[in-house]
Amino acid sequence: METEILQAVVSGLLLGLIYSLVAVGLTLIWGVMDIVNFAHGDFLMLGMYTSYVLYTSLGIDPLLSIPVAGGFLFVVGVVTYRMIIRRIMHAPMLVQIFTTFGMMIFLRYVIFFFFKPDYRSIGNTVLSGNVKFLGVYVGIPETVAALGAFLTTGVIYWIINHTKIGGAITATSENRVAAQLMGIDPDRIFSLSWGIGGAAAGIAGALLSNFFYIFPEVGGVFGLTAFVVVCFGGFGNIHGAFIAGLIVGLIESLGGYIAPPEYKHLFVYSLFIFLLWLRPRGLLGVT
Amino acid sequence: MAVKDLFMVRKTDYAPVRMAVIIGLVFLVLFVPVIFKKPFPQDLVIKIFLFALLGNAWNILGGLTGQVSLGHAMFFGTGAYTSTLLFLKFGVSPWFGLLTGAMLAGGISLVLGYPSFKLKGHYFAMITIAFGEVFHILFRNIDAFGGASGLFLPITDNSFSAFYFGIHKAPYLYIVFFFYILSTVTIYLLDRSKIGFYLRSINAEEDAARSLGVSSPFYKSIAMFFSASFTAVGGSFYAQYVTFIDPPSVFHLMFSIQIVLIVILGGIGSIVGPLAGALVLIPLSEFTRIYLGGTGRGFDLILYGLLIIVFAVYQPLGLVGMFGRKRR
Repeated sequence: METEILQAVVSGLLLGLIYSLVAVGLTLIWGVMDIVNFAHGDFLMLGMYTSYVLYTSLGIDPLLSIPVAGGFLFVVGVVTYRMIIRRIMHAPMLVQIFTTFGMMIFLRYVIFFFFKPDYRSIGNTVLSGNVKFLGVYVGIPETVAALGAFLTTGVIYWIINHTKIGGAITATSENRVAAQLMGIDPDRIFSLSWGIGGAAAGIAGALLSNFFYIFPEVGGVFGLTAFVVVCFGGFGNIHGAFIAGLIVGLIESLGGYIAPPEYKHLFVYSLFIFLLWLRPRGLLGVT
Repeated sequence: MAVKDLFMVRKTDYAPVRMAVIIGLVFLVLFVPVIFKKPFPQDLVIKIFLFALLGNAWNILGGLTGQVSLGHAMFFGTGAYTSTLLFLKFGVSPWFGLLTGAMLAGGISLVLGYPSFKLKGHYFAMITIAFGEVFHILFRNIDAFGGASGLFLPITDNSFSAFYFGIHKAPYLYIVFFFYILSTVTIYLLDRSKIGFYLRSINAEEDAARSLGVSSPFYKSIAMFFSASFTAVGGSFYAQYVTFIDPPSVFHLMFSIQIVLIVILGGIGSIVGPLAGALVLIPLSEFTRIYLGGTGRGFDLILYGLLIIVFAVYQPLGLVGMFGRKRR
């Protein structure tokens, strides 16, 4: 009984660290540009397929394809901004929502077209198996993915808070015009935010590909969960997204423990509704 | 008052044209089953009017009031499941089920509106997505509602009172057309009434409207009630027409998106917009599905996604905006 709860807590936290990374990418774009990227989960899906393709065609271990997936999705993010988002930045909110929805459908079914709807997985990797730790079984791939996600989140946090370019991103998100007057080119900052946001999703995807099923619609669940995390943590708040990711991971895992697993997302969405209702700026958001 | 005079002139100017368009449309629809005898074009026209009806319903909340809901599938599903379950469990006439579903969806919308109407913009859209997903999960897992395997409507005698006509599509066409006209008239009357002015003031500048004494939650609730009820009517009609419903077909997020897409394509807040959007999008999705979807590899959806992006980037005002007949 007790170990079962502990088991749920541990796997919830491991999953939560990945949610944090995905949400950090989403909240960065949201905070800087006030644009919601509904295709964010599908950026993650592209990251998973990147490592899948590298593994099946060249035999590269998913662990090594993490930087490739990160780099590739960085480029995808920048290209998305330059080709599409820049043109709709000043359009009504509804048009922005629909553009990213269109991207979501497009990306999902391009992958569907080339890879079919099959569930795929990567076997025979460097990381596999379980270890028993304090009476709790933890999967090695899950643990490494969670650690990798934690590290990447830390790096992004460091970039935003302790580098000059991060200062420029924060300045642009706080006051675009004032930042522009200080000589910051918002266009480059937006481009960079989409790049970093995409890379975060790509790296999360590559980390997940070690143990999670890979299929064209995998982005759906992760995308929606990332929205919940971002709302929990406060929009544009990286620090908040990190903590909220852990909370959402825990709720999902414990929810699946006390009720049938089919209902685990119900807990997450219900809490999301209550939170939006009672604290619309997020649990850690500033009003 | 000058503004009022202008308004009167506009009304008398356009009223005969509008009447002519409506009468023309009625005749055109009445003769569809005579001109097109094959089931496919008839089915296409039925789907066009079903989605135009749903677009109209969404427009009451989204277009008129400016509250972007991305969860309207929950009302569609409520309508579909209410009439189907009432018939299967209690033998209640689907017509009564349709009315019950509409009232139930309206009631649900009032309850959900209470926490939602505090939120604006993205946040309102988010909470409607969450509500939609909650409905989807519940209906997928509750066995009394048919669970994930869905519900079949049994074959009955073809009659109007049973809301079942077998392979004959013409009666379905007339019924869905009737509901479409009903929703159009409702929007028209709402738009012209005092409520319509309040709704549009909320849309334009909510804080200003409130400061002038417009109770925004109250009027938003009225708009949502009508919006949800008409969406549920569409749901009951869908269930009777297709005779099979399951959670992915009536509660899916993509279904909510599809409704909004049709409105955006046609032009948000316009009375003819949803029909214009449905006239373009439904044949497009049906034909691409038939000619390109046969491979089972979703090529039609790639095209669909691409079109949405291109359209949003180059024609954000929709089809109605393209011809310079934007209403606001």
